[in-house]
Amino acid sequence: MPEIKVTPLGAGQDVGRSCILVSIGGKNIMLDCGMHMGYNDDRRFPDFSYITQNGRLTEFLDCVIISHFHLDHCGALPYMSEMVGYDGPIYMTHPTKAICPILLEDFRKITVDKKGETNFFTSQMIKDCMKKVVPLNLHQTVQVDDELEIKAYYAGHVLGAAMVQIKVGSESVVYTGDYNMTPDRHLGAAWIDKCRPDILISESTYATTIRDSKRCRERDFLKKVHETVERGGKVLIPVFALGRAQELCILLETFWERMNLKAPIYFSTGLTEKANHYYKLFITWTNQKIRKTFVQRNMFEFKHIKAFDRSYADNPGPMVVFATPGMLHAGQSLQIFKKWAGNEKNMVIMPGYCVQGTVGHKLLSGQKKLEMEGRTTLEVKLQVEYMSFSAHADAKGIMQLIRMAEPRNVMLVHGEAKKMEFLKDKIEQEFTGISCFMPANGETTTIPTNPSVPVDISLNLLKREAAFGGPLPDPKKPRTMHGTLIMKDSSLRLVSPEQALKELDLNEHQLRFTCRVQLQDPYSDTDTLSRVYNHLKSVLKGYTVQHLPDGTVMVESIVLKVSSSAEDPNTKVVLLSWSYQDEDLGSFLSSLLRKGLPP
Amino acid sequence: YTSHLRIEQHPHEEVPAKKLRLTKPSKSAALHVDLCKASSPTDALQYLLQFARKPVEADSVEGVVRILLEHYYKETDSSVRLKIASLLGLLSKTQGFTPDCIVDDVINTLNSERSHQVLAQLLDTLLVIGTQVPESLNMRHRLIDVACKHLTDTYFGVRNKCLQLFGCLGSVDKPLPRESEGGGTGMAAKDVQSIISDYFGDQDPRVRTAAIKAMLQLHERGMKLQQIIYNQACKLLSDDYEQVRSAAVQMVWVLSQLYPESIVPIPSSNEKIRLVDDSFGKICHMVSDGSWVVRVQAAKLLGSMQQVSPHFLEQTLDKKLMSDLRRKRTAHERAKELYSSGEFSSGRKWADDAPKEKVDTTAVNLIDSGACGAFVHGLEDEMYEVRIAAVEALCALAQSSPSFAEKCLDFLVDMFNDEIEEVRLQSIHVLRQISTHITLREDQLDTVLAVLEDSSRDIREALHELLCYTNVSTKECIQLALLELLKNLTKYPTDRNSVWKCLKFLGSRHPTLVLPIVPELLSTHPYFDTPEPDMDDPAYIAVLVLVFNAAKSCPTMTALFSDHTFRHYAYLRDSLSHLVPPLRLPGRKLTSAPEASGLASSVESAQNFLKESLTRVCSVQQLDAPGAQSLLEFTIRDLQRLGELQTELAGTADFCATYLHCQLLLMKALQDKLWSVAVPLYLKQNAMVSGAAAQVLEETYKLEFLYSGLESRQIASIHHVRLQAKALQLVLLARTRRGVEPLLSACEKFLHEVDAFQRLFVTELPHFQDSFVDKLLDIMPRLAGSKPADLVKILQTTLRHSCFPQLKLPEQIRRATAAIIEPTGESDNPLRFTSGLVVALDVDATLEHVQDPQTTVKVQVLYPDGQSHVIQPKPADFRKPGPGRHRLITQVYLSHSAWTEPCQIDVKLLLAYSSSTSRSLGPRSAWNESTEGPTPLESTIEGTIPLSKPVKVFIMPKPARR
Repeated sequence: MPEIKVTPLGAGQDVGRSCILVSIGGKNIMLDCGMHMGYNDDRRFPDFSYITQNGRLTEFLDCVIISHFHLDHCGALPYMSEMVGYDGPIYMTHPTKAICPILLEDFRKITVDKKGETNFFTSQMIKDCMKKVVPLNLHQTVQVDDELEIKAYYAGHVLGAAMVQIKVGSESVVYTGDYNMTPDRHLGAAWIDKCRPDILISESTYATTIRDSKRCRERDFLKKVHETVERGGKVLIPVFALGRAQELCILLETFWERMNLKAPIYFSTGLTEKANHYYKLFITWTNQKIRKTFVQRNMFEFKHIKAFDRSYADNPGPMVVFATPGMLHAGQSLQIFKKWAGNEKNMVIMPGYCVQGTVGHKLLSGQKKLEMEGRTTLEVKLQVEYMSFSAHADAKGIMQLIRMAEPRNVMLVHGEAKKMEFLKDKIEQEFTGISCFMPANGETTTIPTNPSVPVDISLNLLKREAAFGGPLPDPKKPRTMHGTLIMKDSSLRLVSPEQALKELDLNEHQLRFTCRVQLQDPYSDTDTLSRVYNHLKSVLKGYTVQHLPDGTVMVESIVLKVSSSAEDPNTKVVLLSWSYQDEDLGSFLSSLLRKGLPP
Repeated sequence: YTSHLRIEQHPHEEVPAKKLRLTKPSKSAALHVDLCKASSPTDALQYLLQFARKPVEADSVEGVVRILLEHYYKETDSSVRLKIASLLGLLSKTQGFTPDCIVDDVINTLNSERSHQVLAQLLDTLLVIGTQVPESLNMRHRLIDVACKHLTDTYFGVRNKCLQLFGCLGSVDKPLPRESEGGGTGMAAKDVQSIISDYFGDQDPRVRTAAIKAMLQLHERGMKLQQIIYNQACKLLSDDYEQVRSAAVQMVWVLSQLYPESIVPIPSSNEKIRLVDDSFGKICHMVSDGSWVVRVQAAKLLGSMQQVSPHFLEQTLDKKLMSDLRRKRTAHERAKELYSSGEFSSGRKWADDAPKEKVDTTAVNLIDSGACGAFVHGLEDEMYEVRIAAVEALCALAQSSPSFAEKCLDFLVDMFNDEIEEVRLQSIHVLRQISTHITLREDQLDTVLAVLEDSSRDIREALHELLCYTNVSTKECIQLALLELLKNLTKYPTDRNSVWKCLKFLGSRHPTLVLPIVPELLSTHPYFDTPEPDMDDPAYIAVLVLVFNAAKSCPTMTALFSDHTFRHYAYLRDSLSHLVPPLRLPGRKLTSAPEASGLASSVESAQNFLKESLTRVCSVQQLDAPGAQSLLEFTIRDLQRLGELQTELAGTADFCATYLHCQLLLMKALQDKLWSVAVPLYLKQNAMVSGAAAQVLEETYKLEFLYSGLESRQIASIHHVRLQAKALQLVLLARTRRGVEPLLSACEKFLHEVDAFQRLFVTELPHFQDSFVDKLLDIMPRLAGSKPADLVKILQTTLRHSCFPQLKLPEQIRRATAAIIEPTGESDNPLRFTSGLVVALDVDATLEHVQDPQTTVKVQVLYPDGQSHVIQPKPADFRKPGPGRHRLITQVYLSHSAWTEPCQIDVKLLLAYSSSTSRSLGPRSAWNESTEGPTPLESTIEGTIPLSKPVKVFIMPKPARR
C-alpha cells in the first residue's frame, strides 16, 4: 500500500522552528527550515541529524520549500544548506526570495556582532544559500523532476507568503505555512482551489480563537491616534520592521489622506526602507485596493510618512513615530519612549504581544514607575494603549480552508498541543471522513493513500463497451468491463482480449466445459431431444435456441446432445458442452436439466 | 497622350461585354455566384464572412436562405457549414421575415448532420427561430421534440443548446402533450422540468450550468418550479465549478421565494425547519465561498430574503467569538456595555477584552452553524464588490425588520472606515435609508461624526444628509454633533450650505434636546450682557439655524433669547428664509398663515384654481373680444403668484403663464389697427410687432425644452404658437421689404414648416379644430401654388381670425432650474492670474429637473469686453444626489489678455437644445436621415436657454512680468 509519511522536525505541537519532512511517492521534501526564537543554543535549529547522522543532506532531500520570510520559517536555511550541506533546489516565492536575505543578515548581525557568538553562518553563506533558490510564481506548476511537481497558492499573512501543493502522480500534500483568511489593509485573504489533497498540513496558532471583525480594532486605533494628535500630543508606535508595520503604515497613511491631516508621521529607518522598496515592487501580491490603484499611485509610496531622524524627537507639536523594536526593550523605540514618557498628552500604542521582562510588558501590566539602567526611575505619564493585529487564521478560518481544499486528512502543526486537541476534535466531528493528526516533533505520521492508477484504454474496446450500456457513461456508477491489462515498459494499457493476443503473439486457447446430465425419459433419443429443445425454447426466451439437423441443440454457443445409456434405454444422457465465455448460461442449463423435463 | 491612347484602344474590346443593368443587383444572386466561385472551403468562408457584414432586405431573405441551404448540403467542410448555420440564425432575425418556412429545412439538416459543433449551431439557429415566433404552439412542440432527441448527444455544446431550447420554449402551462410522439422518444411525454433536472447531474459542468439556467428561464417565463428540485439544487451548491455554484445559488433562492413556508428536514437530526430558513442558511454559507463571483451573488440575494425568521437573521451578525476556548464579547458588545455603565471611553484599559467564561468545547460549532456570521464575513471580504453587495443586503433586510436594523447599526458604522470610498459612501447612504428605525447612541454618533473630517466632499455631504434623518438620544449628542459640524465648517468652508441644512433638520427633529442647551449655545448669561456675536460668522449662523428650528415647535425657547437674537432672527428670516422657519415671537404679529393645517387640501384647491383660470381663458375665443387682453393679463399674474405660493404646482403654473404670455403677445401684435394702414408710416409699431414675434419664438423654445413631463399634445400646442409667430414674421417681412427673392424663399420655408407640423403631429390634429393650423391646412393645396403676396394676405387674415387652441395640462410639469452655489459673487478679492495663462474657477451648482444634463448643460462665461465662452463640463462632474436633482461640481478655465484693473465676468449655466433632439422628433428624424436625408428645417435649429442667474466673479489678469 502506498503511503505518505510526515515528520515534523520543528513546529510539531509547538510554535517556532517550522521544519517538516514529507515523503511522498518516493520523494523527500523539506517544508520550511526555521529557527526557534526562544532558544539560543542548539535547540534553536531543527535537528537535521534525524535525516542523516553525517554527511550532506543533498542525497536525502529532493527539494526544500520555504513558505514565507519570517525567521521561524526560514532562519535555519543558511545553516542547513551551507553548514550541514545541501545543494538541491530551494523553492520560495519572489518576494520571499527578495526579503529573506535581509532578515537573515539582520539576524546574523544580532547574533554574531551583538551577542558575539561564533560558529554561526556568515554573510557569504547567506549569499551562497540564496543562489540555490528557485523562485516560484503563484499558481505556477513547477516540475522539480519528472514526477514531483509543486504549486504555490496565495496565503495572505505577509508579503509573499504562500501555501504549497506538492504532488507526485495522484498523491498530493498541501502545506499552508502561515496564512490568513481575512484580508487586511495591504494583503488579501488566502485562497486555494478544491484540490482534494491526501493531507493538508495546516498551522493552528489560533486554534481556539474566533476573532472579532478587524474593523473595530482599526477604528479604535485610528481614533486614538487622531485624538492624541489633535490634542497636540505625540504618538509612539513600537513595531517590528516587517509585516504589521506596513499594514499600520498603510492604515495611517490613508487615514491622513482621507482626513486631510497635517501632523508628520515618521518611520525610523533601518532595514525597513529596503523592505518597503520590495513592497512597492511586489504589488501583485497585495490586496485588491492596492493592486487596482497602483497605476495612479503606489500605496507604498507614502506621502505622509517620512524617514525619522533622531533629532526630530525633540521637535514641538504633534507627530506619530513608528520605531523598532516592537517590545520597547532596546534601540530607538526605547530612546524615544524615555523622552516622551513624562508628558500625559503623549501616547504609546503597543501593536502586539510583549515578552515578559521587556519594558513593553511592564507598561501593559500597568506599571507607572519604571526602573531603568543606572538606577534611574522613569515616571510614566503618557497613555498606554494596546492594539492587537494578527495575521493568522482563526479557528473559523482554518475550518474554512479545510472546506475549500477538501483534504482526506488534516495535520495540525505550528500551535500549542492543548489548543490543537480542541481543533482536532472539531475537525473530526464536523467533517465526516476526515481524520486529523497532530504529531509532536520527531514523531512520524503515516497516511495510507489510495492512488488511482491511470490506464490507457483502447478506443475500440471503449466503444464496444459503451455500445452495451446507455449512450452516456454515468460518472457516479462504476461499470465492469472485460478486457486485458497489458503492463509493458511502465505503461499500462487495457485492450480487448483479441488485440492482446495479437500483440503478444499468443494463440487463443479454447476452454470448454462438458457435463453429462442423466434424465429419466421414456422416449426415443430424437424425441427426447426435441422435448429438450421445446423445453429450453419455452424457458429461455430471448436466447437463440436452435435444433440442428445433425441431432444437436444449440443454445447460443452451448451444444446439447442426447444419447441413451447402454444399461437402461429409459435413462437418457444429455451431453452439455459450453465454452468459458458462456459459463453462466451453461451452469444454468445444467442445473435446469437436472430438474428433469416437464411431462 | 499615352493614357489617351490607351483609352482609345480599350473600349474597342470591352464594349460587347458591357451591359446596362436595369435592376438592382440582387443580393442573393451575388451570393450564389460567390459561393459557386469558391474553390476551397476557406474561400467560401471568406465570402460568407463578407456577406454577413452587410444587412439583407426582408424580401430577399428567403432567396438567400435557399441558396445557403443548397450550398450547405453540398459542403463537406464543417467550418463552412457552421458559418452557414449561424448565418441562418442571423437572417431569421431580419425584421419583417417570418422564419417558420425554414424550420423544416433546418430540422432536416439536423438529422443528417454529423459534426457536433455544427449540430450545436443549428440548434442555436432553431432557438433563434423559436424565440422569433413565440406564438406558434405547434412549432414549439416540434422544436422541443428535436431538443429531446439530441439531449443525449455526447458533445456538451449540443446538450447545452438543447437545454437552452427547453428553457426558452418549454411549455409553461402544462406537461408536454403526448401526441407529439412523432418525435418518437418516450421522453417527450415527460414533464419539461424533470427532463431538465436529469441534467443537474451531468458530467460536464457547462451542461449542469445550462440545465440550471434553463430552469431559471422557465421560472422567469412564469412556470412554477416544483419543490422536489430543491434538494438537487442544494447539492449543486457544493459543486466544483463556480459557474454551477453561482447558478445554483440563484436556483435555491428562487425556490425559497416560491415555497417559503414549506417544511424541510434538517439532515442528521429529526428537526424540521421552514424552507426559507433552510435556504437562507445555505446561501449564507456561500458568502464564504472560494469564488468571489459566487460570494457577490450570494450576498446580493440575501438582501431579498425578507421572509426569513428573525432568529436566523440575527445570527448573521453573530460570529460567536472566543479566545483560548473562552467566550469573548465583541467590541460592539463591550462598547454598549461601557456606554450603559456610564463610562464613555473604550479600550483604555489593558486587557479589557479579556475573555470571560469558559466555553463548553462540545457546544462550539465551527462551520455548520449556517447563517452564523455571514454578514460579518461578507463585510470583511477581500473584494469590495462583495462588501458593497453585503452592505446593500443589510440595508434591504434592515428596512423590513427594525430589530435587525438596530443590530446591524454597529456593523454599518464600522463600514464608514472601509478603504474604498465607494463602500464608505454606500454604507452612509444605507444608514440614512434605515435611520427611521434607529436611534444612535452617543458612542455610535461619535464614530459617525468622525467621518465629517473626510476630505471627500461626497462623503461629507452624504453624512450631512444622514444627520438630517438621524434620531439621537441625548442632549450631549446634539452638542457633539454641533461641535463636529462646526469643526467641519471651519475645515471645509465650502460645506456651509450643507451644514446649515443639516442643522436645520437636527433642530426641528430634537426641539426638547436643544432646549436645555440653548443658553450655552447662544452664550447668554442670566445677569450679564454678553457681546453680540458677529452676524456674518457662518458658525454663528449655524448655531442660530439649529436654535430657531428647534424653537419652532418649542414656544418656550424664545424666552431664552436675548435682544440681539431677535434682531438676528429677523435678518436671517429674510436672508436665509429656506433655513429659518417662521416663529411665533412674543410681541410680534404672526405674519404668515398657519400652513401646516390642510396642506394637502390647499394643493388641491390651488389645482382647481389653476384649472378654472385656464377654462376661463379658453372662453376668449375671439382675439378682438373686449376685455380679452386684460383677462389674459390677470390670469398670467394670478398664475405667477400661484407658482410662488404652491411649490408643487410651480412648474405647471409657470408653464401656463408663459404659454398665455405668448398668446397675449400675439394678440397684442395682431390687434393693433396698424395692419390696415400703409407701412412706411408705422415703422415704430412695426418694430414693436417684430420684437413681439421674436420674443414669442424665444419663449416657445423655453416652453419646449425647459419643462419636463410634457406630452406630445402640449408640444404640438407649443409648435403651433411657434408657427403663428413665424407666420407673423413672414407677414412683417412682406410689409417691410420690397424684394421678392427673400420673400419667396421665406414663404417656401414656412410652407415646409407647416408641412412638417402636419407630419409630426398627425395624431394631435383633431385637437386643433378651428385653429390657425387647421385653417391653413384646409387651404393648403391652394397655398402651395399661390404667389407670395397672396400667401401673405391669406396668412394675415387667418392669423387674425383664428382662435387659439385650448391648453390641456398633463399630470405634472416640472421646470428645469439651476442655481450656482459657488462662486457666490460676493467676493471683493479679484482672482489674479497671469494673462495668457489659465485660471481654474470652481463652479458648484445644483440642477433640478434637468433631463440628461451631461449633454445639455453648459457653462457660459461672459467677459466684460463682450467675449463669451461656452464650456461643456465633463460628464463625470455631474453627480446625482437624488431623483430629479443633479449636482454640478466642475472647474471652469478662464483666460484673458491683460486688463488694467479688476473687472467682473458673468458666469451662468445654459441649457442647450436642438430641435432634432426634441422628444417627439427623436426617432422620427433618425429614420428620416437614413432614408431621405435630413430635412433642413427639422435638424438645424439649435440654441441655448439661460438656465441660471448669472454670477459675477471678479478677475484680474495681470501682464506677465519679464
